[in-house]
Amino acid sequence: MLGKGILKGLAETARNFFGSYVSKERLTTVQYPEERLPQVEAARSFPFLVYDGPDWHAGMRCVACQICEKECPPKCIFIEKSKDKKPDAVGKPQAYPAVFNIDISVCMSCQICVEVCPFNAIKMDVEYDLPTDDRFGGLLLDKQQLSKSNEYYNAIHPTEAATVDAAFAEERAKVEAKAKAAADAKAAAPVAPATQAQPIGGESR
Amino acid sequence: MIHTLDQIFVLAKLWLLGYFPVGAQPLASAILSVIPILIAFPLLFAITTWLERKGLGRMQNRYGPNRTGPFGLLQPIADAIKSLTKEDIVPLTADHLVHFLAPLVLVAAAFLAYAVLPIGRNMVLVNMNAGVLFFFAIGSTVELSVFMAGWSSRSKYSLLGAMRAVAQMISYEVPMVLATIVIIMQAGSLSTVTIVEKQAGYTGIFPHWFVFTPWGFVGFVLFMIAATAESNRSPFDLPEGESEIIAGYYIEYSGFKFALFFLGEYLGMFATSGLAITLFLGGWSAPFSFLTWIPSYAWFFAKLLALIGAFIWIRGTLPRLRMDQLMNLAWQYILPMALINMLVAGVWHFMPLGPFRWLVCTALLAVPCVLLGHALKRKKKFQVRTYQFVE
Repeated sequence: MLGKGILKGLAETARNFFGSYVSKERLTTVQYPEERLPQVEAARSFPFLVYDGPDWHAGMRCVACQICEKECPPKCIFIEKSKDKKPDAVGKPQAYPAVFNIDISVCMSCQICVEVCPFNAIKMDVEYDLPTDDRFGGLLLDKQQLSKSNEYYNAIHPTEAATVDAAFAEERAKVEAKAKAAADAKAAAPVAPATQAQPIGGESR
Repeated sequence: MIHTLDQIFVLAKLWLLGYFPVGAQPLASAILSVIPILIAFPLLFAITTWLERKGLGRMQNRYGPNRTGPFGLLQPIADAIKSLTKEDIVPLTADHLVHFLAPLVLVAAAFLAYAVLPIGRNMVLVNMNAGVLFFFAIGSTVELSVFMAGWSSRSKYSLLGAMRAVAQMISYEVPMVLATIVIIMQAGSLSTVTIVEKQAGYTGIFPHWFVFTPWGFVGFVLFMIAATAESNRSPFDLPEGESEIIAGYYIEYSGFKFALFFLGEYLGMFATSGLAITLFLGGWSAPFSFLTWIPSYAWFFAKLLALIGAFIWIRGTLPRLRMDQLMNLAWQYILPMALINMLVAGVWHFMPLGPFRWLVCTALLAVPCVLLGHALKRKKKFQVRTYQFVE
């Protein structure tokens, strides 16, 4: 019949029209600021610095080796090495970044800094909702703004964080065993090496 | 009481008119009649843009605007502020005067058409004895403004859009007028007021609308198809053709001039819908005799909103026609049907009352409709298209 197609089409649009009021499944739009889709684990936005324990500065894993700064293709990372040292994630005394800035307006989210970091200190964040009214200062993040806890890292990238944590646990165990062995050795050979050691320590100072 | 409510605007106007000196009364009367039209229909335009965006959204399983105010109701205001504050760009090589005048001509023409539309009982700006003729004469000015816009912009897209628009509007003006002729034949008058009064009677509870006759129904359908094409709406939106020529003749317009084009287009759509209501759907008369207590203007606007809803529904459903399909539809299908419809209206007039008249007239319309449809379908040969350079 003539015009059957048109009537069919009209019926279809009418069904959509009324159906969209009845069933919520039809409306696939995510109302963004109020609703958000769950993120996939591999999502990434900009890098952040991981710290262990409660204090962001004391627990900072970064040792200011500056590999990421050198590798960064758009050169958005700026690091200044500290003069003094503090224990790193596994307990060895290491330098730490006095200044660590990332300009996220320059960052291209390539994840190369994460790939090259030998200390698992820099990881990719998933936070994408970073608007600011100051496009220069507001997008230049300093080390405090960049620091996020290991718990947060575990929450956003669970699988990846678990491997990292396992590696750290192994490393820490090794260091502890070594320290214990050293302490045992110290206890076994009491007086003579200790007296010998003292001048060496004095020389290094 | 009912009568007062029905005539409240007329009475209010008369009351206001009493405050003017006698010499100024004709002018004051005209101004007092024009102002409500200048307020009501742009307001309806604002509501329609919201309705259209909401309706189309729902037809496509989207929400539509929902950020400005409750249910996005303030969207038209936001749009108005946006278009008012936008930069008004005129191309360097454009014909500045014509480029400036085109939207004004369109809006003015669209408003002029309302002069002869009876919005309610005794509520018509000018009771012209050639009202329908006036309407179509003013309607042709739209083509002028469209071509002014397309030509003065000095842009290929604009010109293409304008050419398409003019070709389409002229093609569809013919069946549109021919579809109207049956009404004029039956009513024996070109005055819109008389035509509405002819339809205001009732048999039992049912009204004497012209759409409830075979020739009236066919005329209405043909008129609405032509009206859709005339107002450049989907599926006949080739002149705008967003995906092909971006926005057609108003591609070089921005800011408030663009908004004026939008306004003019919608006003034109309301005006043709209003004429369809006047001619076929009984104007301001109630659909049942027991509903006559509702004021006449309420019925007019209810019918107008229903037709707007139909326009939106059609727009949400049908894809755009190709240029040849558009022209074939106008000249090979709608025009012959309109001519046959005129013949049927004559047959109807001279046949005695009764079901036999209904049978004959319906058959006289249905048979050509089906035959014509099949003949046009058979003419099409579908084949696998071969390309010379593409494999």
